[in-house]
Amino acid sequence: MSALETAPRLGSTVALEGLVRDFGGGAGLAGFSLAAEPGEFIALLGPSGCGKTTALRSLAGLERVDSGRILIDGRDVTDEPTNRRDLGMVFQSYSLFPHLTSGQNVEFGLRMRKVPAAERRRRALETLELVGLHHHADRYAHQLSGGQQQRVALARALVTEPRVLLLDEPLSALDAKVRVQLREEIRRLQTELGITTFFVTHDQEEALAVADRVAVMRAGAIEQIGSPEELYHRPATAFVAEFVGLTNRVPGTVSGGVLAVLGQTVPLAAPAADGPVTAYLRPEDVLLAGDGIPAEVLTTSFLGALRRTRVRLADGSELAVQHGARDLPVPGEHVRLALSGTPVTVAPEA
Amino acid sequence: MSRRAQPLRLGPGPVVRTVIWVVLGAFFLIPLFSMLEFTLRTAKPGVYSFDRWAAVFGGETTRYDRVYQGLGNSLVLAVVTVAIVLLVLLPTIVLVELRFPKLRRLLEGVCLLPIMIPAIVMVVGLAPTYAVVTSVFGSGAWTLAFAYGITVLPYAYRAIQSNVAAVDMTTLSEAARSLGARWGIVFWRVLVPNLRRGILAASALSVAVVLGEFTIASLLSRVNLQTSLLLVSQSDPFVAVIFALLALVFAFVLLFVVDRAVSARRRVAKGS
Repeated sequence: MSALETAPRLGSTVALEGLVRDFGGGAGLAGFSLAAEPGEFIALLGPSGCGKTTALRSLAGLERVDSGRILIDGRDVTDEPTNRRDLGMVFQSYSLFPHLTSGQNVEFGLRMRKVPAAERRRRALETLELVGLHHHADRYAHQLSGGQQQRVALARALVTEPRVLLLDEPLSALDAKVRVQLREEIRRLQTELGITTFFVTHDQEEALAVADRVAVMRAGAIEQIGSPEELYHRPATAFVAEFVGLTNRVPGTVSGGVLAVLGQTVPLAAPAADGPVTAYLRPEDVLLAGDGIPAEVLTTSFLGALRRTRVRLADGSELAVQHGARDLPVPGEHVRLALSGTPVTVAPEA
Repeated sequence: MSRRAQPLRLGPGPVVRTVIWVVLGAFFLIPLFSMLEFTLRTAKPGVYSFDRWAAVFGGETTRYDRVYQGLGNSLVLAVVTVAIVLLVLLPTIVLVELRFPKLRRLLEGVCLLPIMIPAIVMVVGLAPTYAVVTSVFGSGAWTLAFAYGITVLPYAYRAIQSNVAAVDMTTLSEAARSLGARWGIVFWRVLVPNLRRGILAASALSVAVVLGEFTIASLLSRVNLQTSLLLVSQSDPFVAVIFALLALVFAFVLLFVVDRAVSARRRVAKGS
């Protein structure tokens, strides 16, 4: 068993309070606040330019903030340089030092902390073993695949037992299969080691799959933060509903605390004022049923255990419907739709 | 029987490549051999001797002391010029790349400027400057290195910058910083090792330029290899050619050794 595996839980509390960073053209921060509990895995999710990487880089000390405070374990580190913040970071682009072997790369952080050579070597090998690459300790970066390089970068970030682990889209340069493998590995290690982790991604599936909490960002601030289930089933805003998961926008009417949509009444995810609204319906909440409203099948896609079918309603609007793969609607076929009754998010009609 | 697919190869075939090698080799070597042949001539046509080489390196005469002085000055100048390049230009390029990327174009323009200014024009500007340099540092030949630091800028800048463009310095330095490295360590332990190829090339080019420089030294009345060779050549053209030949061979060998060293390092890194 390696030293890291037997290490006490390393997580620290992290608080980002009212961070402002103005670049004069987007991707900055506009009063960004977030608090993380020790050992928590938080994903920062959002479209390009929403400020998620800026938030992470500010926490790392790689980006200065115009105002606001950054606290780690209650200590204000806002003005501390990166090298004194005791963080581990994995970057989007391959960042291994090309002139050093994998082992030497992993040893680098320990060397900076003046750990004796023998202990350095031992801890580097142990950490490489955690990511399954101890046999590659003598290889240079260009002798490793992209996935292996990011694993070594992860080992390098973890070997110093940092207070906080920062992952800046570490999987985005990898192919789909390696990406899924590595994200599961990251989650396994993070759970084992208990390091407070921030994970920046624009891939909602990735964020929902690995994080304890997901912060959906927009224009430099958090739009909603919650567990993946909360975000998916109870999106607080139209933006979150549209950004997280696939959504149908359908006109409806709120009256007396319930929503009338597609000829049915369904509960609301959050209270809304009476009047015309746009309802955000998940494809899996629209069912192919024998007694619902009529629609015509346009296309249908096989997704393994599921099938997603696009239909056109009588008024010409289109909907995505998700159903079991065994139902095989044919383009041109007339079907009927019903709603599952799951609470629905709405936004006042513009 | 199926044939194994051959990978598509672009570029000239072996015959054309050999011809190119021979032509280029002749282009460089014929002048060198001609110089060698010239230095071996004797009074009798068709008879050759190493007497002049023996006289130059035998140490039995003081006739060539001025050349040795010029050679010594040029070697000192080469060392100081390389030091200026490494201590001023390299950190500046790194700083601009990491902290002030918007200044990249300006730096490039400034560094390439000396190649567009004829040496004679530069000397007109340098002459009054050197009045101050002389009052501060004296009139030693080594002070020419300040001017040479400018003349080698285009070559040194290009050599280092091409290496810089091939390395993601921002990410490497950020990674090192996140692991606890101070800026000094980032520079020496992370950036310099990855810019070794550019640094070696810049140094070798600077040495070659300094050993071949004549105009500035002559017009500022300093003695270097080329000015001393000119002086000696007026009384003994053969010894001037001997030293010119040696300087050329030295520069050629230096560039060759640097190239081999960088290639060998790359091979070791890839092969291990």
